[in-house]
Amino acid sequence: MTDPRALRGSATFPPEVIREIQRAADQGVYEIRGFGTKRKIPSFDDLLMLGASVSRYPLEGYREACDTSVMIGTRFAKKPIELKIPITVAGMSFGALGSHAKRSLGWAATEMGTSTTTGDGGMTDEEREASKTLVYQVLPSRYGMNPDDLRRADAIEVVVGQGAKPGGGGMLLGQKINERVAKMRDLPQGIDQRSASRHPDWTGPDDLEIKIHEIREITGWEKPIYVKVGATRTRFDTALAVKAGADAVVVDGMQGGTAATQDVFIEHVGIPTLPAVRQAVEALQELDMHRKVQLIVSGGIRSGADVAKALAMGADAVSIGSAAMVALGCNKPVYHEDYEALGTAPGFCHHCHTGRCPVGVTTQDPELEKRLPPEKGGRLMRNYLQTMVLELQTLARACGKSHVLNLEPQDMVALTVEAAAMAQVPLAGTDWVPGKNNY
Amino acid sequence: MKTNGYIEFDLDGEELSSVHARLHSVKQGDNERSFRIVNPRGKHAVAAGLNAPMDVRIDGHVGFYCGGMNKEADITINGQAGPGVGENMMSGLIRVCGNASQSAGATGRGGMLVIEGDASSRCGISMKGIDIVVGGSVGHMSCFMGQRGHLVVCGDAGHDLGDSLYEAQIFVRGSVDSLGADCVEKEMRPEHIETLKGLLARSGVNADPKEFRRYGSARKLYNFHIDNADAL
Repeated sequence: MTDPRALRGSATFPPEVIREIQRAADQGVYEIRGFGTKRKIPSFDDLLMLGASVSRYPLEGYREACDTSVMIGTRFAKKPIELKIPITVAGMSFGALGSHAKRSLGWAATEMGTSTTTGDGGMTDEEREASKTLVYQVLPSRYGMNPDDLRRADAIEVVVGQGAKPGGGGMLLGQKINERVAKMRDLPQGIDQRSASRHPDWTGPDDLEIKIHEIREITGWEKPIYVKVGATRTRFDTALAVKAGADAVVVDGMQGGTAATQDVFIEHVGIPTLPAVRQAVEALQELDMHRKVQLIVSGGIRSGADVAKALAMGADAVSIGSAAMVALGCNKPVYHEDYEALGTAPGFCHHCHTGRCPVGVTTQDPELEKRLPPEKGGRLMRNYLQTMVLELQTLARACGKSHVLNLEPQDMVALTVEAAAMAQVPLAGTDWVPGKNNY
Repeated sequence: MKTNGYIEFDLDGEELSSVHARLHSVKQGDNERSFRIVNPRGKHAVAAGLNAPMDVRIDGHVGFYCGGMNKEADITINGQAGPGVGENMMSGLIRVCGNASQSAGATGRGGMLVIEGDASSRCGISMKGIDIVVGGSVGHMSCFMGQRGHLVVCGDAGHDLGDSLYEAQIFVRGSVDSLGADCVEKEMRPEHIETLKGLLARSGVNADPKEFRRYGSARKLYNFHIDNADAL
């Protein structure tokens, strides 16, 4: 037997790298998977809130009000939307998700007074009925795009990119393209479907402005129009979205999830949510548009603490996608044999692309979908949202805020130099903000 | 104002939004369904989002997205059209009497777009069921990712025609600079000549269907290719 003390692993070629090289050699194609980045990157976990002290006055936990409502679309839309909580549900396509999951999200969001978002497959009637406030995405693929759905939406989101793959188009592998999904997308059943990575009828910010104008003309200037970008050159993208006439900007950091994308895209393109929020807020402030054009942040938001920190950095609301799926049961330790059949295990699964989701969230298989009755999914999601709101209010009250949007960067410090530099808040116990002072 | 049976809108004086409010209010069965828009002067999104059977004549040149997302209306543009004319149209007819800029008929899901002159690049990009008939030539990357419908080109086609094509069918009478990825020439069988004959008749463009060649997808990009060398 080999003496384990004689074994020396390579930092350049650790087991997972060796495995990937050999998988590539065997298959001759990049790895496609779901979920978001798995690498460790600076995040909201690297920030801490500063509770009240002698100089700050806290609010009583259950007695004093801490408002969570937010208006989106106050710049141009005749009918801005009011959210009772600043946590929205991100765009996830019907196709990537099954109809049970979409209905679950809609019911929960409606109960909690927030919005859900369509995705790269068009709007379904079930989704419209389940969601009191529904945001309709206009994506490069334009699958299922039609003016009736534009008009029955409550807000419209022009998607330029997403955090999991800025610069890349969507993917939906053939095993998930059943008859209904194929019909909605005007594509043959069973093909590996690749969405376009850029819009077919506009390029650049000047064209985007005209596109937004067209959508407003078609919808009578009623709906708030968001522009969603994957976090890369966030400062410029935010400024250009404002210039193009957006009512709201959605910035999706690299922790944002996907149902199917090349692993190399997920792990190597884009910037983390943490610096993206700061850059977006600075761009809005420079244009005197902060709080006038609302900023919605997504990508790795999991708890009320994440929400509080994003709002404290200047966001108006957040959006959750992967966390919502987890609330519905994604990666739950049940149906172990089905995880095993996919070559994975609970806690590690990123096999959304296969359509064989063991918990019935990212599947079109009716048998698997039965594992997620919409009523149950709705309750799980509602409970999760409710918990996040309670956590958010707990932190806001501790900082003495009667409205969660009163949280501010001064309510936070950073645990690491990297996070301090990215968020531009002081390193804990110092007054040092890297790149700003005292260096 | 009503002139020669048309209700006339003058975009020199009227806001586009108020013109659209009137046009969008037209319902199936309304008596007043003939409109004329004058002095468009390159404005964008003219006659966008029309939603009922009506005739709209636009005298002059239009900017981006004229007739965008049209449903059921017949729109005639007596001039040149900017990018994205008839984008995502669902049904009805749009006729451009002059030339059209890039991305004409982009993502169109139904109806017919007729361009009597030339169309620029990416004509019929991502088309999803629309029929497009171009009296002249089309620019590069036309019918890129075309999913359904027909693109008929009576003149020539630029390079990379039908790149990444799905199930849209392309007919070209003249030369093709080059075909895009996965686009191949296909046999022109009698049923295709009949289809083309019908399209030309609907469009009012005069051409002999027998002079056209047909292009479609080789369907080699429909599924990711995996080698599995280790299984050998």
